[in-house]
Amino acid sequence: MRTAICGFVLALSAAHPAAAFCGFFVGKADSQLFNKSSQVAIVRDGEHTVITMGNDFSGEMNEFALVVPVPSVLSRDQIHVGERRLLERLDAYSAPRLVEYSDGDPCAVRRYPAMALGAMRSHVAASPVAERATKALGVTVEAAYTVGEYDIVLLSANQSEGLEIWLRESGYRMPPRAAAALAPYIRQQMKFFVAKVNLKEQRKTGFQQLRPIQIAFDSPRFMLPIRLGMANADGPQDMIVYAVTRNGRVESSNYQTVKMPSDVEVPEFVQREFGDFYQATFAKAWRGHGRRALLTEYVWNMGFCDPCAAPPLDQEELRGLGVFWLNDQPGAYHMGGMPLTLTRLHVRYDSEHFPEDLMFQQTGDQQPFQGRYILRHPYRGEISCAAGSEYRKELDVRHRQEAATLASLTGWDAARIHAGMGSDWPGEPQQPWWKTIWR
Amino acid sequence: MRLPKDARWLQIAFLASFLILGLLARDFPLWHAPLVFAACLATQIACERILRRKPAGLLSPLITSLGLTLLLRAGAWWVPVLAGVLAIGSKFTLRVRGRHFFNPANFGLCCLMLITPRAWCSPTQWGEGAMVLLWILVLGCAVAHRAFRSDVSLAFLGSWTALRAARVLYLGQRVPVLMHQLASGSLLLFTFFMISDPKTTPRAPAARLLFAAIVASVAFALQLRFVQNPIVWALFFCAPLVPVLDALTSNEKKETLPCALQSVVSSSP
Repeated sequence: MRTAICGFVLALSAAHPAAAFCGFFVGKADSQLFNKSSQVAIVRDGEHTVITMGNDFSGEMNEFALVVPVPSVLSRDQIHVGERRLLERLDAYSAPRLVEYSDGDPCAVRRYPAMALGAMRSHVAASPVAERATKALGVTVEAAYTVGEYDIVLLSANQSEGLEIWLRESGYRMPPRAAAALAPYIRQQMKFFVAKVNLKEQRKTGFQQLRPIQIAFDSPRFMLPIRLGMANADGPQDMIVYAVTRNGRVESSNYQTVKMPSDVEVPEFVQREFGDFYQATFAKAWRGHGRRALLTEYVWNMGFCDPCAAPPLDQEELRGLGVFWLNDQPGAYHMGGMPLTLTRLHVRYDSEHFPEDLMFQQTGDQQPFQGRYILRHPYRGEISCAAGSEYRKELDVRHRQEAATLASLTGWDAARIHAGMGSDWPGEPQQPWWKTIWR
Repeated sequence: MRLPKDARWLQIAFLASFLILGLLARDFPLWHAPLVFAACLATQIACERILRRKPAGLLSPLITSLGLTLLLRAGAWWVPVLAGVLAIGSKFTLRVRGRHFFNPANFGLCCLMLITPRAWCSPTQWGEGAMVLLWILVLGCAVAHRAFRSDVSLAFLGSWTALRAARVLYLGQRVPVLMHQLASGSLLLFTFFMISDPKTTPRAPAARLLFAAIVASVAFALQLRFVQNPIVWALFFCAPLVPVLDALTSNEKKETLPCALQSVVSSSP
């Protein structure tokens, strides 16, 4: 009874420094390891689907395990262990970003082009059960492979209690209510992809951290099975979904999908606190949609970006993620883009507000979108012309507006914002004279 | 306060309030609605002139325009235009015994989704705000009642709910799953403003109930096969059953039609 088990989903959120795992995760006896953020890439065209499950697991390797419902028994060739850097590249390319502009000398009236400051990078960013017993429990081991550092079994089951007992007896630590979470998948004739770390193989890889598992399959369902991961969750979990499709933006077809507030000017000090700023902005947007919506953080054709937080992924990296439909000819795609849209969705889910698994659909929307927050640095040099006083007045108005925007985005109180702005905060606008008469 | 005699005014007011909500509080693009309206109204007028039909007024194409605007999402300017033209065009061309049988907005929506990936339908765009749903339900019932077609709406909603509930029970899921599946603004829009259309449902009361149940069953079967927007497709595929059911029940006396319905039917293009 030493192996931990983790439900679906894995890894990070750009805005959530507390890296953790999610899912059906069970640590050592009594030690609570909560995995609250994960990242997953879904590449899909028609019914062909490749899922890359990122993995931030940081505990003892022999404690790791993963259970993912899959539509069919996968052959060895359908399973692959990918590179961690692919998800890191996707994160860097699509993360919410801060851009800056600098005011020119108002006496010379001139503007400088926008420059990306860079994206907010992710900081967080068994012993086998006897065959007879297996049959009695209604569990069938359909296949077993060792792929990279993982030992993988594919199971089918007749009944959830049997599967729960089988997993428990095979050394997986199951959370309470596991059978209830497993039952709907069994009823839908789904199979279970169960992976744990093969320590010997893991040592051979020389990697300190586990690499992402990738699976390729055909299925009419465009979905992510998040319910399994909720069985032992304590509070909401975060997941970043990178959906890569041919024609356009991806949205959920059973939960509301909205865009993050974007393209707004915020005070300069946000640069120092961008992580906090984005977390607060995300949390407010999430609460504002009843904690039931998916937030879109990025939609762009992978052929280009503007501004680029990181270069787009090249064809080799895209192939590594499972993109199979691109033309390999050099120079096949130019600035006009390629038949590939990346959608970055940020989901904060819990059992109460997300009673069903996430279903998705590809739309025909190719309108680019990015989580983009703008800093405008005022001109701080000597101002010695008549236009200068007009500029200072405009600056006061702008700074008040930026403070109001920041308060509305993050819910931060005025005192915090004014303190952060320091001498840039011009004070409240002067009250009309009559307001002071009849107090 | 007296309500207007023609129930379609209520429908228009209701759908328009939805459109305003979409434009102000959801991500509806501003360019979409004018194109749909222009295409629907122009097609209506053009078809009446070409086919020398007596002008039937613009309320009906206005309702089609609103329905299309609320359900169809487009990634190119020509998508809403073509949808409007096909929707209204179907009323004048696809007719059996003097009656069109495709719901025009449903026809336009489905044709465009078949033709191009740049057209889609976002069933969850309204969110799950309980108050909004209640609002729709209450007002929707009133409108459906005015048109004397609450039987179709309620029969569809009842069948769909029963099938979804059976599925949830079968899978061993919890009640909140069912509530989540039913808490969809698009489902209620479909129920009270699309399948309830008196001109594209069978005339006989029993046939109407049967039709609603068939649409719900087909939608359920499509959902089991993971087809997106199953209820919209189900109505599209089942629409040709309307003239068949009408033919089978043609011995029903026309006088049994309620007065309000007669006024609606008589204004067909």
